[in-house]
Amino acid sequence: MGSAYFNEMFDGATVRGPYARLEDWTRAMPAELRQMKQAEAEALFRRIGITFAVYGEGGDPDRLIPFDMFPRVFTQGEWRRLERGIKQRARALNAFLVDVYGRGEILRAGRIPAHLVYGNVAYEKAMVGFVPPKGVFSHIVGIDIVRTGPEEFFVLEDNCRTPSGVSYMLETREIMMRMFPALFRENRIEPVEAYSELLRRTLASVAPARCEGEPTVVILTPGHYNSAYYEHSFLADLMGVELVEGPDLFVEGGLCWMRTTEGPKRVDVIYRRIDDAFLDPLCFRPDSMLGVPGLMDVYRSGGVTIASAPGAGVSDDKAVYTYVPEMVRFYLGEEPVLQNVPTWQCAKPEDLKHVLAHLSDLVVKEVHGSGGYGMLVGPKSTAAEVEAFRQKILADPENYIAQPTLALSTCPSFVAEGIAPRHVDLRPYCLVGETIELVPGGLTRVALTEGSLVVNSSQGGGVKDTWVLAE
Amino acid sequence: MLSRTADNLFWIGRYMERAEMTARLLEVGARIALLPSAGHGYRNEWESLLQASGTAAGFAAKYGDPVQRNIESYLFFDRDNPSSIASCLERARENGRIVRTALTSQVWDALNTAFQELRRIERRPRSQLELGELTEWTMRHAAQVRGAIDTTLLRNDGYDFLGLGYRLERADNTARLLDVKYYVLLPRADYVGTGLDSYQWTTLLRALSAHRAFHWAYGGDITAAKVADFLILNRQCPRSLTTSVVGAAVHLDNLAVAYGRLTAAQDAADALRDELARLTIEAVFAEGLHEFLSRFIRRTAALSAVVHDAYLSGEMR
Repeated sequence: MGSAYFNEMFDGATVRGPYARLEDWTRAMPAELRQMKQAEAEALFRRIGITFAVYGEGGDPDRLIPFDMFPRVFTQGEWRRLERGIKQRARALNAFLVDVYGRGEILRAGRIPAHLVYGNVAYEKAMVGFVPPKGVFSHIVGIDIVRTGPEEFFVLEDNCRTPSGVSYMLETREIMMRMFPALFRENRIEPVEAYSELLRRTLASVAPARCEGEPTVVILTPGHYNSAYYEHSFLADLMGVELVEGPDLFVEGGLCWMRTTEGPKRVDVIYRRIDDAFLDPLCFRPDSMLGVPGLMDVYRSGGVTIASAPGAGVSDDKAVYTYVPEMVRFYLGEEPVLQNVPTWQCAKPEDLKHVLAHLSDLVVKEVHGSGGYGMLVGPKSTAAEVEAFRQKILADPENYIAQPTLALSTCPSFVAEGIAPRHVDLRPYCLVGETIELVPGGLTRVALTEGSLVVNSSQGGGVKDTWVLAE
Repeated sequence: MLSRTADNLFWIGRYMERAEMTARLLEVGARIALLPSAGHGYRNEWESLLQASGTAAGFAAKYGDPVQRNIESYLFFDRDNPSSIASCLERARENGRIVRTALTSQVWDALNTAFQELRRIERRPRSQLELGELTEWTMRHAAQVRGAIDTTLLRNDGYDFLGLGYRLERADNTARLLDVKYYVLLPRADYVGTGLDSYQWTTLLRALSAHRAFHWAYGGDITAAKVADFLILNRQCPRSLTTSVVGAAVHLDNLAVAYGRLTAAQDAADALRDELARLTIEAVFAEGLHEFLSRFIRRTAALSAVVHDAYLSGEMR
């Protein structure tokens, strides 16, 4: 089956240019050394405290996310194209959000069905008529990209709320540099460490109208039981900002404050890593203990900025996804640089018919699903599983979309038997504030199980360092 | 600094100190239990240990009779006992994880390593684990954490909250440890001054790693008055009540300077410090050692409460 997939390192028996030095590297690394290095990497991860808890699975709460030392490489040319496409998409998505919480021009123009937006559970009525500072709803846009050939890149999904995983991008690089300094001398690899400084600047650039002086930025976390807590604390540390929980904040006099040992301190920008529903119990879920009562009022009156803005999720569900190329054309007057994966919407009768007829060839996903849960990978499923899923689709067609099973590219990976190709995807993190920034790199997720196409860490996926070679 | 962060740091200090003191308590118990006690009218030494650590009720509810092995389990491994060494190390590490960014990597490393090793110890069969090995292990890791704090942490407010936790817990714990002696000896006052009495005081000093230090400071026979003076009033003794309270007051003074304002916490600490400064060992015995220690433990708890209200609750305006 290997030949059916695009192998990023090998073209038949020939090694592609950007991977040339990596071949020497692997040749000079006997199995014992590799195992030693792998153990060293694991010890480093554990020591730093990067662990990953999977919701609802129980077991070891300090489980490590598997780290594959074999790097994934992009050329400068490949990256430039990706960068253009990613920034373009991030701009279009934000323009769309400003529009649908304003006049809704794109809906009036009939380019996107209005019910997909106004009937969307992620559409936040509290945001109607409000334009966040600098017109930015989604400040960190994670765009998942898959590759199927030398020039073929597709966007698999957009993440406009609070995409996670960037700490892995930064930490895998740190660990690789520490373990294999020679690799970094021999290859000219673009650094990614500017990310945290760019993130801080991005957040500071969207300070609210009533902010005085240097903006105080905080990260709002649901707390240390959250599976991404490590990342929250890691980013707070790198940016030199406070990591707060809901009860650390309160609202008074039209402003937001944090409780400190010296009394209240004003907060200007909240990079929240909690869901909309938990932001403000007065506005959203009254039973939530995580949020800050009255926060939304302060936000709407320009006393504080929330990043990403509540309601940003309306742009990234899998039904709206199909229209992102339309957004690019409508708002930017450009052709999309990056294509979508062809998608059938089960809400449309003719699409549904097609999907049901080809179920065992397709990947079917829930419109609001994430993390690789609740999906059907047709070719990898038994007839009984396909049948069971058919019933789920029929019961609620609007809740599903389907895509062809993509021939995800592979990258060599260290596995028990040695080195073998494994399927990968890519999540770069685009920062949107006064300017749009993208560090050259991202998170490469790898499906470490042979033949598996599911790269989600909750489904046993691992991570790799992602290199962009300088010219 | 966030009040919650200060609170987490404060409790890291308290839990680490408590873990260490529980190890020291276990050592006292093990040594006292080596004495022939039958027929001498002693209370069960192990029982007294539970009394002193404030865990007697919880133990009785779970195990009933104080059997040495069960007490070891309860004080070292039992997660139902919030003062067990395992509970303390786990919570110290959890607090450390929450405020990871307020710690240096060395401090985090020390906290995390202790926890990871604890989990390995817990997987070993109990029959392979000697009590002495466990208590020594605990004190070694407690020392590593303290050492990392001392050598790597910035001397800012966070350092003071950590230190405050350590000092207040130590004041409380030394008082409790001293109280063990009271519980062991209570029924037979005529043993005071005998060889057995001095053996028990020696054990206590040993558990506090203060046996040699005591001799350097006092010389001669070990007497109740000398030991009590050493552990309550002597400012040279690193674990005495006075040293602990003075240390806490210094940390509070640092905070007052750093923040440019005084709170009720400084007043409370100063009052306790002044009271100890005026105290004599005769007055302690006149009041009754146990009565004095009980009162002191309550005062320390009250001081902790004031610190909480002033800095850790987030209510300061």
